[in-house]
Amino acid sequence: MDEIVTEQTEPTEQPEPTERPAQKIIPRWGRIIAWVGLFALLAIVAMLLLRNLQGPVAVGQVPPTFTLTTFDGKQYGPAEMSGKVVLVNFWASWCKPCEQEAPDLETAWEDYQPRGDVLFLGIAWTDTESASLAYIDRFKITYPNGPDLGTVISQAYRITGVPETYIIDKQGKLAYAKLSPFTSLAEIKAAIDPLLGP
Amino acid sequence: MRKSIFAFGFSIFFILVFAGIASAQQPQATPSDDQVNAIAKQLYCPVCENTPLDVCPTTACARWRDLIRQQLAAGKTEQEIKDFFVAQYGARVLGTPPPRGINLLVYLVPVVAVVAGAYILFRVYRSWKRPIPLPQSPPTDVAPPPAQAATEDEYIHRLEEEVRKG
Repeated sequence: MDEIVTEQTEPTEQPEPTERPAQKIIPRWGRIIAWVGLFALLAIVAMLLLRNLQGPVAVGQVPPTFTLTTFDGKQYGPAEMSGKVVLVNFWASWCKPCEQEAPDLETAWEDYQPRGDVLFLGIAWTDTESASLAYIDRFKITYPNGPDLGTVISQAYRITGVPETYIIDKQGKLAYAKLSPFTSLAEIKAAIDPLLGP
Repeated sequence: MRKSIFAFGFSIFFILVFAGIASAQQPQATPSDDQVNAIAKQLYCPVCENTPLDVCPTTACARWRDLIRQQLAAGKTEQEIKDFFVAQYGARVLGTPPPRGINLLVYLVPVVAVVAGAYILFRVYRSWKRPIPLPQSPPTDVAPPPAQAATEDEYIHRLEEEVRKG
């Protein structure tokens, strides 16, 4: 008997389905635009997050410059502030802690105004004009006060609420920052007197 | 008779027209809460972020609502009132930011993302539908060529003979 030799036919390998790589699906120019757009978006988001994380203006820094138009139409800008100790007070008529410090600020202003080298500026934050004027009248405030139009000044100073007070020295640097109300006239004077020099 | 009817109708028409013009120019006496809130719900005060002005309970927001009421009473339109608030308190008081500067991203990014996503999906779908090219070598177990079939027939024939012989 002849030996029957059967050859085991090995299962032929099925060809793997040819996958189109992702690079082939999107054209080269599309990929470049997508990556550039993505990185640009991430950069903008990072920039905005960093700006939000900065916190208020720090002592020793040069604070942002601004021009305040007061309720009676006068303007106070860098020229009027130059060479003076400038106290910038953010307040609002609806703010109860602001009422606590208002009389002391006015008394301090009356004490320093004759010197000529101290300027107080009150900035009404997110307040209505009629309510602000009523507040000024109620506390008999005589130093220049004006609205923060467009909340431009408060955003530049990155304030977190009211009251907040910043004192700029004669060299134009931020010398003092208080993110709560002054509790006494002595506290205000203690912040300003060292900046006046002999 | 006909003349008097015509004169009466004409005078009624003029009275209605002038009354309409006068009432349009005249500021509203007391705008209702609904009218105030219709504008207030589109605004946000910076003091209480993420709370629309119409439901914000703070004193600051109550004063802003009073301001809207005053402006409505003075005959200002909705757009004029919103413009006033933007001028006074900045563009961030608006519920929907104006499409300017960096705010443009808010409007552009979703559209670009949707268009890009749709394009990628379209390309992927099209690549799935494209026929896969078959390999060049002929498959052995699917359809044997005639020569091989004849060989197999011969083999089976011999096998059957062997079985018959015992």
